[in-house]
Amino acid sequence: MFSRAYKATVTLPPVIWVTVFLLTPYALMFCYSFWSVSATQTIVHSWSFDNYAQLLRVEVYWQTLLRSMWIAARVTIFSLLLGYPLAYFLSFHARNKKDLLYQMVIIPLWVSYLVRAYAWKTILGSDGVLNTLLQYVHLTSHPLEFLLYSPFAVVLTLTHIYTPFAFLPIYAALEHIPRNLVEASHDLGATPGQTFWRVIFPLSIPGVVAGATFAFVLSLGDFLAPLLLGGPSGIMISNVVVSLFGAAYNWPLGAAISFCMLLLVVGLLFFSERLEKKWSFS
Amino acid sequence: MAKQFGRNVVLRNISLEVAEGEFLTILGESGSGKTTLLRIIAGFESASGGELWMGEERLDLLPPYRRRVNTVFQHYALFPHLTVEQNVAYGLRVAKRPEAEITSRVAEALEKVKMSSYARSKPAKISGGQQQRIALARALVNRPRLLLLDEPLSALDANLRRQMQVELKSLQREVGISFIFVTHDQEEAMVMSDRIALLRSGELEQVATPREIYGRPATAYAAQFIGHTNLLKGDVLGGTVRCGPLAWAAQLPDGPALFSLRPENIRLAAGASAASGTVRVRGKVLTQAFHGATELIRVDCGDGLVLVVRTSGSGGALNDVELEFSSANAVLVRESPERV
Repeated sequence: MFSRAYKATVTLPPVIWVTVFLLTPYALMFCYSFWSVSATQTIVHSWSFDNYAQLLRVEVYWQTLLRSMWIAARVTIFSLLLGYPLAYFLSFHARNKKDLLYQMVIIPLWVSYLVRAYAWKTILGSDGVLNTLLQYVHLTSHPLEFLLYSPFAVVLTLTHIYTPFAFLPIYAALEHIPRNLVEASHDLGATPGQTFWRVIFPLSIPGVVAGATFAFVLSLGDFLAPLLLGGPSGIMISNVVVSLFGAAYNWPLGAAISFCMLLLVVGLLFFSERLEKKWSFS
Repeated sequence: MAKQFGRNVVLRNISLEVAEGEFLTILGESGSGKTTLLRIIAGFESASGGELWMGEERLDLLPPYRRRVNTVFQHYALFPHLTVEQNVAYGLRVAKRPEAEITSRVAEALEKVKMSSYARSKPAKISGGQQQRIALARALVNRPRLLLLDEPLSALDANLRRQMQVELKSLQREVGISFIFVTHDQEEAMVMSDRIALLRSGELEQVATPREIYGRPATAYAAQFIGHTNLLKGDVLGGTVRCGPLAWAAQLPDGPALFSLRPENIRLAAGASAASGTVRVRGKVLTQAFHGATELIRVDCGDGLVLVVRTSGSGGALNDVELEFSSANAVLVRESPERV
């Protein structure tokens, strides 16, 4: 149907793009993860599993990884708790305000990540908006320290930033539910609550899984929010990687951590894809 | 059972009663408001005026899930994430019936629609006709007092459709539940219904049995929509109707009148002279369309009058013919004014 030349023209650019910008760097990173750094700060191209062994041996690395996963898990849960009701309301009850509300969910995505992160800094800081307000109404007598530079601040900011990512696939899934199924459920005697749990929620699960995956994967790899708002207790694994590639000048160890995270994320995507398939029926 | 509606725009002055165990068809073209009427009865839409009663119970104030009315949807609306069995059990589950009762009633309902062997299939894995039966079983298992069917056969091919018409009708007799069946297919309506309610642009044109609505159409629209007919515009003067070359006696007041004359009530004239009460007219055959058992002939009788005649179709090519019909078969109908 299409000529070979046409097929080649269409296929080649993405293949080149993926090879140059994705596969090659990953392959390089994979190689680096087996090399080491000499005392004179040069990369030694000798192959060993030392970096991976170090990851398991040194407590701070895998503890930071676990903490990152725990932060990402909380962000995921809160994003779903916020995103699902929002998506449900928009899809089923917003009627003619639907488009307007939808835009209002999307618009924050146009605002720079940094601006949003700094905004939270202004709100949560010890002389920030929240603390000033709390003291003004005499709920507290001195600034609450745990608000900023804590895992709490990181979870809060990341939830704010990634809720739209959880919202979108859920909204899409809800929009795809044929409305006559909802009518059929009511017709068969199911109350609105029963209809939600027996029909609407099960049919929205692919969206929930996709949304959860977005929120978890994106927040797991985040390094700006913990950098700006995390403080020492809110450090995440990406900050470790950044410092290993930067000041610490240990690219091989950084590459090993990156590769472990890559494996983790790919495994997760694979798992969530299977889950989505299992729950889609169209 | 009594129902009354008044709904601006889509439906006007609808008043309809359905008897216990009756098969009533709401027949109308698309856009006539028939689906809206059904959705009001089911409770998916509310009427802007009027009341809806089932026995002693006022329905229109209840939400759809409190009405003892079930619906078979046009595209079946089976739950894709549930098996056939779970779909049928849905109504009983949400009503929190005991599990043993659910099992036996679901099995019985599946038996009734001959779908027992598909109990564990997902709806996507079965054919349209089978989905249709499941939709029916899912509604009937709840033993509603009234079953609503929204063009349930429209998605099936012609053969399966005829088969389902017969099955549906016999199932309805068996369970004895009142059916309100919505369709745009007049043949389907004729075959299945106890009574037909003909809806046109949101108003009821005629409510009658299929025989009555065919033999004695009340309006020109009813006569034309159900079967073929010849509409004769006549003038009555002193007990005689004149319509082009035709004339017959009728006890009607003077003035213009409209008559419906079915093609099968016109014959090719035989014998020397007309019997009393029959009208004869000569004409030239314009076209002949062979339909197998019958043949439709269009005959120009002069004076701008063209009659369509249904004959047994064994005559071969025709040219000049003499037609006759009994004046009793020319049924007086009301004009159907244009509505928007």
